[in-house]
Amino acid sequence: MQAIVNISLKEGVLDPQGRAISHSLNDLGFSEVGDVRVGKQILLEIDETDPARLRQRVARMCETLLSNTVIEDYSIDIPDEQ
Amino acid sequence: MTLSALRVAIIVFPGSNCDRDMMVAIEQLTSRRPALVWHKEASLDAADLVIIPGGFSFGDYLRCGALAGRSPIMNAVLDHAARGGAVMGICNGFQILTETGMVPGVLIRNAGLKFSCRNVGLRPCETLASPFTAGLDLGEDLTIPIAHNEGNYFADADELDRIEGNGQVAFRYAASDAGGPVNPNGASRDIAGVLSSNGRVLGMMPHPERAMSKLHGGTDGAKFLLKSLEALVS
Amino acid sequence: MTSASDVMTFENAATMGLSRDEWDLINQRLGRTPNLCELGIFSAMWSEHCSYKSSKKWLKTLPIDGPQVIEGPGENAGAVDIGDGLAAIFKIESHNHPSFIEPYQGAATGVGGILRDVFTMGARPVALLNALRFGAAEHEKTRHLVGGVVSGIGGYGNCIGIPTVGGEVNFDKSYNGNILVNAMAVGLANSDRIFRSAATGPGNPVIYVGAKTGRDGIHGATMASAEFSDETESKRPTVQVGDPFTGKLLIEACLELMASDSVLSIQDMGAAGLTSSSVEMASKGGLGMEIDLDLVPAREENMSAYELMLSESQERMLMVLKPDATETARAIFNKWDLDFMPIGRVTETGRLILLKDGGTACDIPIGPLVDDAPEYDRPHGDAPTRKQLASSDITNDAPITNMLKTMLGHVDLASRRWIYEQYDSQVMADTIAGPGGDAALVRVHGSKRGLAMSTDCTPRYVEADPKMGGAQAVAEAYRNLSAIGATPLAITNNLNFGNPEKPEIMTQLVESVLGMGDAARQLDTPVVSGNVSLYNETDGKAIQPCPVIGMVGVIENVDDAVGNCFVAADQDIFVIGQSDKADDGWLGASIYQQHHGDDGIYAPPPLDLVAEQKTGSFVRQEILGGGISAAHDIADGGLAVAIAEMAMRSGFGAEIAVPKTGNLHGWAFGEDQARFVVTTADSQALIAAAKEAGIEITKLGMVSDQGELKFGDNDTISIADLNAVFEGCIPALMAG
Repeated sequence: MQAIVNISLKEGVLDPQGRAISHSLNDLGFSEVGDVRVGKQILLEIDETDPARLRQRVARMCETLLSNTVIEDYSIDIPDEQ
Repeated sequence: MTLSALRVAIIVFPGSNCDRDMMVAIEQLTSRRPALVWHKEASLDAADLVIIPGGFSFGDYLRCGALAGRSPIMNAVLDHAARGGAVMGICNGFQILTETGMVPGVLIRNAGLKFSCRNVGLRPCETLASPFTAGLDLGEDLTIPIAHNEGNYFADADELDRIEGNGQVAFRYAASDAGGPVNPNGASRDIAGVLSSNGRVLGMMPHPERAMSKLHGGTDGAKFLLKSLEALVS
Repeated sequence: MTSASDVMTFENAATMGLSRDEWDLINQRLGRTPNLCELGIFSAMWSEHCSYKSSKKWLKTLPIDGPQVIEGPGENAGAVDIGDGLAAIFKIESHNHPSFIEPYQGAATGVGGILRDVFTMGARPVALLNALRFGAAEHEKTRHLVGGVVSGIGGYGNCIGIPTVGGEVNFDKSYNGNILVNAMAVGLANSDRIFRSAATGPGNPVIYVGAKTGRDGIHGATMASAEFSDETESKRPTVQVGDPFTGKLLIEACLELMASDSVLSIQDMGAAGLTSSSVEMASKGGLGMEIDLDLVPAREENMSAYELMLSESQERMLMVLKPDATETARAIFNKWDLDFMPIGRVTETGRLILLKDGGTACDIPIGPLVDDAPEYDRPHGDAPTRKQLASSDITNDAPITNMLKTMLGHVDLASRRWIYEQYDSQVMADTIAGPGGDAALVRVHGSKRGLAMSTDCTPRYVEADPKMGGAQAVAEAYRNLSAIGATPLAITNNLNFGNPEKPEIMTQLVESVLGMGDAARQLDTPVVSGNVSLYNETDGKAIQPCPVIGMVGVIENVDDAVGNCFVAADQDIFVIGQSDKADDGWLGASIYQQHHGDDGIYAPPPLDLVAEQKTGSFVRQEILGGGISAAHDIADGGLAVAIAEMAMRSGFGAEIAVPKTGNLHGWAFGEDQARFVVTTADSQALIAAAKEAGIEITKLGMVSDQGELKFGDNDTISIADLNAVFEGCIPALMAG
């Protein structure tokens, strides 16, 4: 089964990349763009069929490695979950 | 104990680049070659100082220092620190220390979004008791090179107040003869180096091993390292 | 979509860049029609990039010998004896077309590729340099390209842990559609432990190591052999993606393996990947190879034989090991987490046999791939004659300092700090002189000896007079190395030209190579390696020709080297190579002319190679003897700019006497060659030494601790003001 982890910066953490992107978009004529924040998405192929167990395991992965919980938040999406 | 009796271990990860540079620097000061310890080792021989050098361990993948921080050897380094052992993390080493929680805060992308390699001024701060700052004069700034893309020190305001209150800020960026902006990367409160709450672990972004002689980078790196090593001897 | 079973026709060959004659020759040599895979292999090996078919004839006229040469052109890189049983291994290579399409990855993989050429010979790389040409500053793509290329070079070089210590950057509208990205790497090896690529020992295992193979860059070699047009955008998939982390692991693993006694021959997989490496290794050894393509580590599924052979996935090497060394080697590569796969063996058949899916995907003789590669004698003529420019035709009465301010604040001369501070110039802790100096200087680890290096070319001179320009690139590099006190040893060259099928472009190539050869012979700097990049044209408009010279030299003791900034107030400033009667200068083809003259192409300054050698040697000798405290060669912008450059970075000022007759701007900004500005603590001794050596020398003035530059009695500018425009130009350009 696939799990999709979305990692984003916590509110209040400065995002210089996001800021630069926002300025670029404005300069390109997209003046309607305000705040931009950049995160990352990690796609995991996992040998597990039970979505609940999968979610639990992936949360552990996030806590242990995938997300720096000091400055990042994560969310887990399991596309095949009903 | 004399300097040459000091046991120094330098951890090497795949992608570490400054291990040899640090080994040469320590040997220059102590006349004893430090041990290079491969990251897959499960244990660490007794050491007076463990150094985590600069570079791009694991290519900086996922986050700088994230993968190195979870390497087998780091358990032994954490134990060493828990027992009051001394640890110094330089640049990528600092990033690894924050990833493992040995020092507070986190290093994020430079505010200017560009890699920056140049000399910066470094001001020693008044700190809790620490071998890394005991020998430094508060009034004497150092000039030491930086070379990084993710050296922007960050912690939230409460955390910053706490570590400042505790005397855990070891260095701040200061003006230098080299010119250029004082703060090279947007680091909160100009913080360039941070100590653990027991003062025995130091993380810093600048590279003292690149300032070891007049001909090569100036001697402030040698001065700082020597003072630290001398403090560890006594 | 062609498949292996389709019958190949000339149309297929033409798509791959082959001519009718080349197609006929292939059929003739095989005695049959090639299949898709075989045709792909021929087209890659016979591409301009791999076969040098348009330039080979002329490259053969270059001097390649000397007592200092250990390995000349033909190997992965050149090797030169630097004393103490050590060799400097170096080469320069281009990655122009990919960098225009995808600047970050194009530049990054250029760095990765040149590093592999060096460490494949057993040398630990110790320095990187790069020579970059971008379009006009105001061109819409320039900022994006500069940003991408500089990030890419830094991104790869910094991560792999090798310092980027020097280089050059020019801007000109002729590069608007074709930027040039040339990367040079220098490494060190023991002279008696240099590894070469000739396969040896029939039956020996052929091993693939490094990253897995994907579909990157297929036909990258043929892309590099073609002009751009509107179709270029769609070529994005052919750009390779580099991984400097894997590159670093590969260096460590290979050097560790080479230290054990296991490697017989080794070559990196660069342009045309597995094709060029297997064919060249077998060809040099006069042998054959049999490879089982099913064994090649692949990261994509269902890759065809054609794709596996032509993929330009990065960070891969091909090796022939001693028969019993396989397990030792495997353990080393496993430690570094790299793929290690025996994929075939060396044979005696002289043929390249590729097996796949239980059958034979390719069975061709190796000889024709290399020996029958076409060699053209393309038509060329005489270079155009150019008028000489009289200074008075373009000069005016403005104060020298006014001109300096505008010139130093222009991209042609402004500080490149914005660029080079993105490169780690100090990792490995042996950089004595990094970017900003006349030449870079890297200490040979653990010794006092230093390696000096520089890249140079003045494209506008080459365009004006290709023979002079080709020679001048060598002369300027020679001056740059001499200016720090180093003895030049040898050169690597990167020829960047337009479409060689046009006689006027071929003329540029031929003449500049001939000029380069003259200079290399006179200055005793043989060519030991190099690269050619042709078809740098867009919609028929060619670049300013740019034959880049990368020069390497040595200084016995790095403590003796000097820099190019004033070091102390009250020291006298001299110009070496100029008489005290001089009161004008050569402004034709100068930076001054570009800014204040017309767009015409005028004759560039004359080059006297004997004078270059004499003055360069004199300056070097005085530096080593302590008679010169700082030195700077006079190049773009002439004398006044050289003086300003020595002042700005030092913070010291200067008082300079100016002639009362002649043409002041000509004197200040003329680009007459074979000259240096130097400072000394002992003027009498320097003057006497120059007299004895028969070298012209003129006192210009004195270093001052007033923070200003003063020309004559009244013309002053503060160093702070100069620095503001000098340092501010490129950051302002890049900020948009």
